Amino acid sequence: MISANLAAVFYLVSGILFILALRGLSSPDTSRQGNYFGIVGMIIAIVVTFLSIGNFSISLVYVMLFLVIGGAIGALIAFKIPMTAMPELVAGFHSLVGLAAVFVAIAAFLNPSAFNLGKVGDIKLASLIEMSIGAAVGAITFSGSIIAFLKLRGIMSGAPITFSGQHILNLILGIGIFVLIFYLCKTQSTNIFWTVIVISFLVGVLLIIPIGGADMPVVISMLNSYSGWAAAGIGFTLENTALIITGALVGSSGAILSYIMCKAMNRSFVSVILGGFGADNSADNKKEKKDQKPVKSGNAEDAAFLMKNASSVIIVPGYGMAVAQAQHALREMVDKLKKNDIKVTYAIHPVAGRMPGHMNVLLAEANVPYDEVFELEDINNEFANSDVAFVIGANDVTNPVAKTDPKSPIFGMPVLDVEKCKSVLFVKRSLSPGYAGIDNELFYKDNTLMLFADAKKMTEDIVKNLE
Amino acid sequence: MEIDPFIFRLSIFILSIFIGYYVVWSVTPSLHTPLMSVTNAISSVIIVGAIIAALAGSSDSVFNTSSIFGFIAIILAAINIFGGFLVTQRMLQMYKKKKDKNK
Repeated sequence: MISANLAAVFYLVSGILFILALRGLSSPDTSRQGNYFGIVGMIIAIVVTFLSIGNFSISLVYVMLFLVIGGAIGALIAFKIPMTAMPELVAGFHSLVGLAAVFVAIAAFLNPSAFNLGKVGDIKLASLIEMSIGAAVGAITFSGSIIAFLKLRGIMSGAPITFSGQHILNLILGIGIFVLIFYLCKTQSTNIFWTVIVISFLVGVLLIIPIGGADMPVVISMLNSYSGWAAAGIGFTLENTALIITGALVGSSGAILSYIMCKAMNRSFVSVILGGFGADNSADNKKEKKDQKPVKSGNAEDAAFLMKNASSVIIVPGYGMAVAQAQHALREMVDKLKKNDIKVTYAIHPVAGRMPGHMNVLLAEANVPYDEVFELEDINNEFANSDVAFVIGANDVTNPVAKTDPKSPIFGMPVLDVEKCKSVLFVKRSLSPGYAGIDNELFYKDNTLMLFADAKKMTEDIVKNLE
Repeated sequence: MEIDPFIFRLSIFILSIFIGYYVVWSVTPSLHTPLMSVTNAISSVIIVGAIIAALAGSSDSVFNTSSIFGFIAIILAAINIFGGFLVTQRMLQMYKKKKDKNK
């Protein structure tokens, strides 16, 4: 129907539209327009593919049918999913991209002539390398994302799973993949191709199981990056510009997010990948320190009283808020405070929650205006001038130990200077340490009032007491 | 000597990484979650490959081993495309609502 050259131009157009889709996200005002660019880009890519193949036989009907089935499932998920479940949704989506990449690579390997890549048993060398890399990265993305999904969903424990020789095993398997791809190129053997895929699935699992719950923001970003590189690998195989551009965009996007997350935890990317963080010392640490220092604890009435008499309140949300689904109650509480002419802002640490931007979305869902929500570096100086810090479901990101104790595992991590507030309200279920497995000094400060309760329940009680 | 077309594709790839680098750094941190869901959606343009594979079957045998993988990949990618764009839209809509209320 249309020539390969014309099709290539259209693929370029859709690639550019994808760039604009990401560009739109530089501000909430342009973001929706950006999303439409993305949708248009996708429609162009799909329609051009139909036209350039020009096969309008019964196959096309099936393609449409499967497209609609998948689309319906996707739409259903998109409308049903609660915002608190976004991390696992994104992990699930990554796994689908990975698996799709694997399947496309398999299809291309089994029927290379359909893709202009040569004949079975005689696939062009470059294409063979590209498709096996695409398949391997896709497989790692798939199984890794499944593990991440299970951990985020709580089906699998968030605790790191480590065993001796783990890293050596990963290294051997990784080298093994490259050796096999080399032999695949020499022999074009189907069995080797399948072996590469199976080993890659295994590597994906092994790569993610040692990484603990607190490092999930890095894991998700990293898998995002992988899914991009997998797509790019397939893009090279298919000689498709849209796919190459998109793969590069997504790959670098995920890499940058991983970098931001690592930096926010003052961890090196390598140490996150090697995993095991927060696994060992948590148990003894807890027992040792718990009974030593006195803790002031209060109830909703005390908290309401403190906040009512404050002139400015900073709210520090964390993963616990998401778990308790407390964002709506929180917003209600803030509304009450605002009616009393109290200035309320929100302080968000980059790694609060289980994925980049997780807290922002939850607050957005609860109708918190985004100009009241500030990032760490923009608000950290404000704590000293504020009356009350209301920490709800956050822990490690407020721990002053990160600034004072070089021996602490989180030393050097940028933290919110919550302790500088005149008083700190800490909503938490117990004194248990956070994911880093260390005690939070903040609990024992004189100006800290612990509110031991479920985040949602406590917030609702405070709302009642603010009446 | 003629330049291998692979080099052109590699050039596109590398330039796109640079574009991605600068574009993504300009994304505001509060939109990092929508960024992830939209990158999810656009990377599902891999559906192009799935469609090629699926349409490669002849009219009397729509389903052969290769095209079956294509068809499954179409479902997977379509879930992602619709799910990804729609959930992004849903999130971005929430950022809008507040703004209007605020004014």
